[in-house]
Amino acid sequence: MKKRWLAIGLTAAMITSMAACGGSSSTASKAESKPAESAATESKPAAESKAATESKTESKPAAAGDEGKVLNVEVWNDEFINRVTDHYPGYEKVSDTEGKIGDVKVNWIITANQDNAYQNNLDEALAAQADAAADKKVDIFLVEADYALKYVDADADVAMPLKDLGITDADLSKQFSYTQDVVKDANGDLRGSSWQACSAGMIYRRDVAQEVFGVSEPADVQELFKDWDAYKAAAAKLKEKGYKVTASANDTYRVYSNNVSGKWVQDGKVVVDENIKKWVDDSMELVKAEETGTFDLWSDDWAKGFFQDPDGKVFAYFGPAWLINFSMHADEDGSVGKAGGWALTTGPQGFYWGGTWICAAQGTDNPTLVKDIILTMTTDDAVMKDIAVKDSDCVNNKDVLKDLASDTSFGNAILGGQNPYEMLAAGAELVDMSNISIYDQGCNEEFQKAMKNYFEGNAASYEDALAEFEKNIKVKYPELA
Amino acid sequence: MQKKKVSAVTSYNKWGYFFLIPFIVIFLIFQLIPLVSTVYYSFFENYRSGLKQIGPNFVGLGNYAKLLSQKHFLTYFKNTMIMWVMGFVPQIIVSLILGAWFTDPSLRLKGQRFFKTVIYLPNLIMASAFAMLFFALFADSGPVNSILINVGILEKPYKFMSHVWSVRGLVAFMNFLMWFGNTTILLMAGMLGIDSSLFEAAQVDGATATQIFFQITLPLLRPILVYVMVTSLIGGLQMFDVPQILTNGTGDPMSSSMTLIMFLNKHLFSKNYGMAGALSVILLIITGILSMIIFKTTAQNEVK
Repeated sequence: MKKRWLAIGLTAAMITSMAACGGSSSTASKAESKPAESAATESKPAAESKAATESKTESKPAAAGDEGKVLNVEVWNDEFINRVTDHYPGYEKVSDTEGKIGDVKVNWIITANQDNAYQNNLDEALAAQADAAADKKVDIFLVEADYALKYVDADADVAMPLKDLGITDADLSKQFSYTQDVVKDANGDLRGSSWQACSAGMIYRRDVAQEVFGVSEPADVQELFKDWDAYKAAAAKLKEKGYKVTASANDTYRVYSNNVSGKWVQDGKVVVDENIKKWVDDSMELVKAEETGTFDLWSDDWAKGFFQDPDGKVFAYFGPAWLINFSMHADEDGSVGKAGGWALTTGPQGFYWGGTWICAAQGTDNPTLVKDIILTMTTDDAVMKDIAVKDSDCVNNKDVLKDLASDTSFGNAILGGQNPYEMLAAGAELVDMSNISIYDQGCNEEFQKAMKNYFEGNAASYEDALAEFEKNIKVKYPELA
Repeated sequence: MQKKKVSAVTSYNKWGYFFLIPFIVIFLIFQLIPLVSTVYYSFFENYRSGLKQIGPNFVGLGNYAKLLSQKHFLTYFKNTMIMWVMGFVPQIIVSLILGAWFTDPSLRLKGQRFFKTVIYLPNLIMASAFAMLFFALFADSGPVNSILINVGILEKPYKFMSHVWSVRGLVAFMNFLMWFGNTTILLMAGMLGIDSSLFEAAQVDGATATQIFFQITLPLLRPILVYVMVTSLIGGLQMFDVPQILTNGTGDPMSSSMTLIMFLNKHLFSKNYGMAGALSVILLIITGILSMIIFKTTAQNEVK
């Protein structure tokens, strides 16, 4: 009997220790889904959002009586959920995946983005859309720039043209044109709308810049990183002091891949652009000199640099506004962001990253509500300003950004009080979306994975790594074979 | 009178068929129909491009030809077998030793029940959770690396996930750890089934423990050994969750830890049902052939 109790006790101990380890490893998947600072949401005084609600109640149409009672929203993380919770008038949070607007129940369907999982899930849901019961129909889905074209395609016709909902060009006039190019179909109709402008830059540590280069202000640091040759020279200097210029070679991938001269797939063939090849060559140099690492984005090792950690020692990350407020662990003690230690500058080349577009699913049974959500969340000046101020997001509204840029009292705490909006607005004007294709997510992910083999010396040559990429991309997209 | 009795027996026997119905229904719905339709669909080109469905178009053996002509199919098969052998060889050796110790009454091992529980425990954890755990343990800045650096064995972190043999080794080690307990218990059952008078007779004749093990235990254990080998081989060919989670689905470095089922999963992920069907059928044939080989080679003596 004694032995049996001993066995049970030890089993319990082992299982709890496993569970504890599991807890720490789950941070990796948490980081993948760009965790929101939930602390910020929770601590928000109720009175504040209530005030916003009251000021808006007149303009908010009650969901028409004959429309559906369930609103299904497909998302890949909780970013949009938090935006709606905080800023949509009349939204009541029920749980993490449920809410209420008036008497309409809101269902958030979350599927992780990585490895086309979100797309595959959405494809299934949309294929079943016609036969689904009214309450099961997808009403709203979100898309990213990497695959937006697939869903806004006029032939596929899964996203409703905004004009069918009654949203006019005048409503959208303050948006940046690149955000509209992404969701424009072949007939020139818009089939989605975004609240974000995701022009991005180089986010560097002020203290490290001061230590290594003797300057810390964005304008001075920009001079040191103005092109890729300067960037490499600066990386060598950082290495002397024990810092890596970026945590991973993948950090700069988007900077190169946004400045390409052609699409990933041309005439049914995968084409590696010269600028992407340049990323491979430049990164190989940096990796060989141990001036950058080869971690996967969102991995624990990659995220170490967000903290004042002796293992971290990372000078810069590349990203847009959402990376700053969403991913830099700025609400945690010991992070560089909490101390306001970051600053933003343009970096070697301008680029954008990510961005979330709201699409109304064809066949929705809640068109009035969907229209109101799109209008409120992506065009309403007051809401846009609220998002920019409270969540430090770079909003898709030229007027609001202009106001904020000239507002000297405004500053981003994570960036040590720097006002990033003038730079981000200027960047957003320059974003060129002419080279996106429906294959971008798969190609970008697989290319980075394959090149990791090359950087780490597991592929004998660039050609071998390229063959690996081509092999995998043909499995992912059979039509390219 | 006689006639009546027979009919009573047959009518009683009909209940046997009733009791078979649940099995037959489940077998038909979840095994036979999927099996047949997999074979059927493997002759079609059937996938999705964007939101458009391509096919199904009949292509005959096109999918098979395509698969077999790609040399990476062979590479993945080789990877699977290498990782299986790397895990299975230590597994069978350790299990045999443990089984022999546990069943040997002359050793009088203390705390047997405790250890039998403990060695089986890793099998209770979900393979994916286990792989996730190892992924965290062996990360570049994970606990294993920091211990090795603090002890002074390494100067800078060893990238476990970036070297062919460390990844394969980890996969094999995890499979070993998860399954040696199970194998031990199977072999113990087999060993306990051997007539103890044989052992006693050998001891009386003055045989050493090693002689008893090789001359008596092993030959009489053959049916169980064959069973363990065949089930392990099938499990090995279907190796998926551990390498999938450990390498984040990539099978890196350079697809050296990509198994056949991971490859199958990739096809299914892109909704390429024709190709996935063909791959499944090939896998079925390979499993059949390898199992036959094991049967033929290990059952030879008994036939004589």
